[in-house]
Amino acid sequence: MYVAVKGGERAIENAHRLLAHERRGDRDVPELSLAQIAEQLSLGVDRVMTEGSLFDRELAALAIKQARGDLIEAIFLVRAFRATLPRFGATEPVDTGTMQVRRRISSTFKDIPGGQILGPTFDYTHRLLDPQLADGFSPDEPATGEAPAMATPRVTDILGRDGLIEPSPAADADAPVADLTREPLNFPADRDLRLQNLARADEGFLLALGYSSQRGYGRNHPFAGEIRFGEVEVEFIAEDAGFAIPLGSIALTECQMVNQFKGSATEAPCFTRGYGLAFGQSERKTMSMALVDRSLRARELGEEVVAPGQDEEFVMSHSDNVQATGFVEHLKLPHYVDFQSELGLLRKLRQEFADANEAPQMQEAAE
Amino acid sequence: MAGDERLANEDGGQARRKAAMAVLAHSEAVDIAGHLKAIALPAHEDLREPENGLVMVRGRIGGDGAPFNLGEATVSRAAVRLSTGEVGFGYTLGRDRHKAKLIALCDAMVQSDEFVAAVEAEVIAPLREAMIEKRSRKAAEAAATRVDFYTMVRGEG
Repeated sequence: MYVAVKGGERAIENAHRLLAHERRGDRDVPELSLAQIAEQLSLGVDRVMTEGSLFDRELAALAIKQARGDLIEAIFLVRAFRATLPRFGATEPVDTGTMQVRRRISSTFKDIPGGQILGPTFDYTHRLLDPQLADGFSPDEPATGEAPAMATPRVTDILGRDGLIEPSPAADADAPVADLTREPLNFPADRDLRLQNLARADEGFLLALGYSSQRGYGRNHPFAGEIRFGEVEVEFIAEDAGFAIPLGSIALTECQMVNQFKGSATEAPCFTRGYGLAFGQSERKTMSMALVDRSLRARELGEEVVAPGQDEEFVMSHSDNVQATGFVEHLKLPHYVDFQSELGLLRKLRQEFADANEAPQMQEAAE
Repeated sequence: MAGDERLANEDGGQARRKAAMAVLAHSEAVDIAGHLKAIALPAHEDLREPENGLVMVRGRIGGDGAPFNLGEATVSRAAVRLSTGEVGFGYTLGRDRHKAKLIALCDAMVQSDEFVAAVEAEVIAPLREAMIEKRSRKAAEAAATRVDFYTMVRGEG
């Protein structure tokens, strides 16, 4: 337990003033604008939107600036902001099959309808620091090619036509969609709740768990069936207007993992799948999410639960970096009373120890 | 029969409104306002003061399965009524309340026989063109990164 302590108001005020000064840094260096952060640190912005669970580039950029680049602090700020606004409702589920694709790759088929589109990627770069970027660099205009008129169907839809992969779980119109922002987590958790939790989960935590499941802690040996990134239209059924209203588009990354088989006496064997979806261009996040989504399906698929990545209560209870930060960092708050009582107990124990050791010596001396 | 016709008209009206809203939601407030200057605006009042809020964005498990909650997005909304009675709604992603109001005004005008032609020609059409141009450019940039695989054939030559 920690208790409120009085005093220190001036110190706190001055500490925050010093923080603002340090945040600004050397005043001879031009100040960062939100547009600069949103445009040039865009993957950091995407991460803050995804884990902050709020799609708004400008707010995420502001949070990054305020947090001095500490992304978990920025995520915390975004989460706190979302609590200040009313929710008008839920959108129609987005259709990633109609995405205006900017990147789309598959490690399972080289010739997929719509093609493999590398898009803006770090893949195949040499990971050598580029001194050109150190002082003012104006890149070439991007190359352009002829965009084919054909659609880009999801790779899993192509596999699904032949029944080679399990179908996605069908929507149940009567079942409400689980929402962890309204109801506390309950176990066992269904897949909709698990995916909501994973979508806002810490990328590093999911990356480590996904990695562990690949290395043998659980059974996960998938192919990246497809990763796609691009813009998806969002519609919202507004009660006042009475029809689905287009709200604009959001950038999403989707990952479909294709895993080994399930089957039974009555069902032919087929591939199973894991799914990842996140705001912005968040490839590592969605790949990790899809790995963990699949490993958390152990119970449903009759697999032995032996590893952390298969334990939904372990994963879901520790995936949120805002909650985790709160509990870890609360150790900084004054625990003076608690500590005093522990100190008192320790002194008593030490006295007893000393008394016990002294008594035989006195006995020896007397003999 | 008359009922069917009315329904068809209503659907047609709704499709037109939706198509206009899709373009407007993709446009910047400053551009919408700029194009609206070409029209003498009808008298109107706020039915709903422009306001900010959130929507929960939903995805589908596996892309095509049961829905799940992905995360929220900021939205703005507004509603206006023309003095002639048409009610327009404005919804858009983001926190630009002025843009929501402009969309609501356009939506009301799209429903008005007097203004529909002007708003389609002066506002929606040029904004649609700009939107398509931007999309095509992005698609062309992506297309240039399409991989042309070829398989090495062994034992030739």
